[in-house]
Amino acid sequence: MNPRLLRWLLPVLLAAGFLVGWQVLHGQLSPSRRFLLPDLAGLIGAFREHGAVLARAAGYTGLAALGGFGLAVVVAVVASVLLASSELARTALYPYLMILQMVPVIVIAPILILWVGPGWPSVIIVTFLISFFPLVVNTTQGLLSVERAQVDLFRMARASRLQAMFLLRVPAALPYFFTGLRISAILAPIGALTADYIVGTTSGGRSGLGITALLFSARNEIPALYATAITGCLLGFAFVGVVSGLAWVTLHRWHDSYSPSDK
Amino acid sequence: MNAPSASSVPPLIRMQALTKRFGSGLPVLDGLTLDVAAGEFVSLIGPSGCGKSTLLRLLSGLTPASGGHITVAGRQTGETDDLAYVFQDPTLLPWLKVAENVETLLRLRRMPAAERRRRSAAALELVRLTDKAHAYPRQLSGGQRMRVSLARALALEPRLILLDEPFGALDEMTRDRIGEELLAIRERQQWTALFVTHSVAEAVFLSSRILIFAANPGRVVHDLPITLPYPRNHDTRLAPAYLGLVAEVSAKLRAVEESAGTIFTAA
Repeated sequence: MNPRLLRWLLPVLLAAGFLVGWQVLHGQLSPSRRFLLPDLAGLIGAFREHGAVLARAAGYTGLAALGGFGLAVVVAVVASVLLASSELARTALYPYLMILQMVPVIVIAPILILWVGPGWPSVIIVTFLISFFPLVVNTTQGLLSVERAQVDLFRMARASRLQAMFLLRVPAALPYFFTGLRISAILAPIGALTADYIVGTTSGGRSGLGITALLFSARNEIPALYATAITGCLLGFAFVGVVSGLAWVTLHRWHDSYSPSDK
Repeated sequence: MNAPSASSVPPLIRMQALTKRFGSGLPVLDGLTLDVAAGEFVSLIGPSGCGKSTLLRLLSGLTPASGGHITVAGRQTGETDDLAYVFQDPTLLPWLKVAENVETLLRLRRMPAAERRRRSAAALELVRLTDKAHAYPRQLSGGQRMRVSLARALALEPRLILLDEPFGALDEMTRDRIGEELLAIRERQQWTALFVTHSVAEAVFLSSRILIFAANPGRVVHDLPITLPYPRNHDTRLAPAYLGLVAEVSAKLRAVEESAGTIFTAA
């Protein structure tokens, strides 16, 4: 069978099987418990009814995720260059980076609200906190993972520190950077959604997927909750898709992870 | 202006009582005094740990000497632009195309782009890889990568090239071919070479002079001129004179290793 066709067909078949299983499972439940797992018609109905609300909420959450994610990328790249340039900085700052990752977001959320107010500012900060760590750890690791002989080559040519950083370390770190970027791209939309749930606001109609889920939950609209979850997944796919595309554009010509298979 | 007579030309490399020690053990190089004249092709051969590679690192300024003096073209190491280094691995930058790799060191020296491109094209022509200029390193074979690494060194137009077992990872056929190419290139560009190798045959084929090192502490125990005439080519490897020299150098190297007890130490 054509392998390219198979690559498309397999996931599609799997999805079809999953949906059939879902429908069958729905039928197996006793009528009084069927609300727990709406059938496909119910799900489509929920999308019809709340589609506009969900789209707007996804837009808000997506923008907030992008804001926190973008901030994390900028800060992480600057911090990584700093950390990779100085062992002193590494020794001094690494423990605090770990602590940044360990901060229980739920606990500091109320504090954040007091500091910067509910809604967007808080959501962006929480998203930043969640997506920053994988980026800074991977990028720093990449900047430091240059082959010894390549460093010698640059030393022998009496390259300046800036030349060694931007002509050697930064390009060598790109694969590591994209590994961190992928992880953060998965975390950012989930982080933004969760943040919206905790620190979001309904005022001004600026509710994201978290607040939307909260409202559906309060009204016991189970099919709408499923629809919200699926919307959140789609948002995550969009993030990961864009990042994977960027990684491909940047790396596929030279990096081994994109080399053609031996078949 | 008076042309200097042959005897008054200062050597390209001058080492005096050169010593290198790491930590407190025996020195890796102990009081090496040695001159290398411009135009020589010198191979360094000897048991591992005898300081051959350390000598190259000292010459290139990558590591400082513990004692003694070393100059290249009359200047302290680390201050001269006259030398190039070819590593054991090709050490190409995988994200750059072949031509860009060849230009890397010129770029670090802030050479204008037009001159960089001219030199890179010329160097790639010397190693016969002009058609691969726009390929990425991963698309090349091991031998081709090593030739790019060589081209990168040649593009510096150095007076001295240090080669640290550059062909050790290649298969024998490729290794012989690339050695012949290296000599052919040298016919056209007169640079001096210091070549570290483990292969006696390769050393005899390439060199005008072979230094046999002993270890613990690292020192030169034989300084042998190789009188086979250049240009040398594939036929040289069949010549009785060549085979005789390979046998002679092998015997001396073996004697050095046995006297050091590095082969037949009691278990």
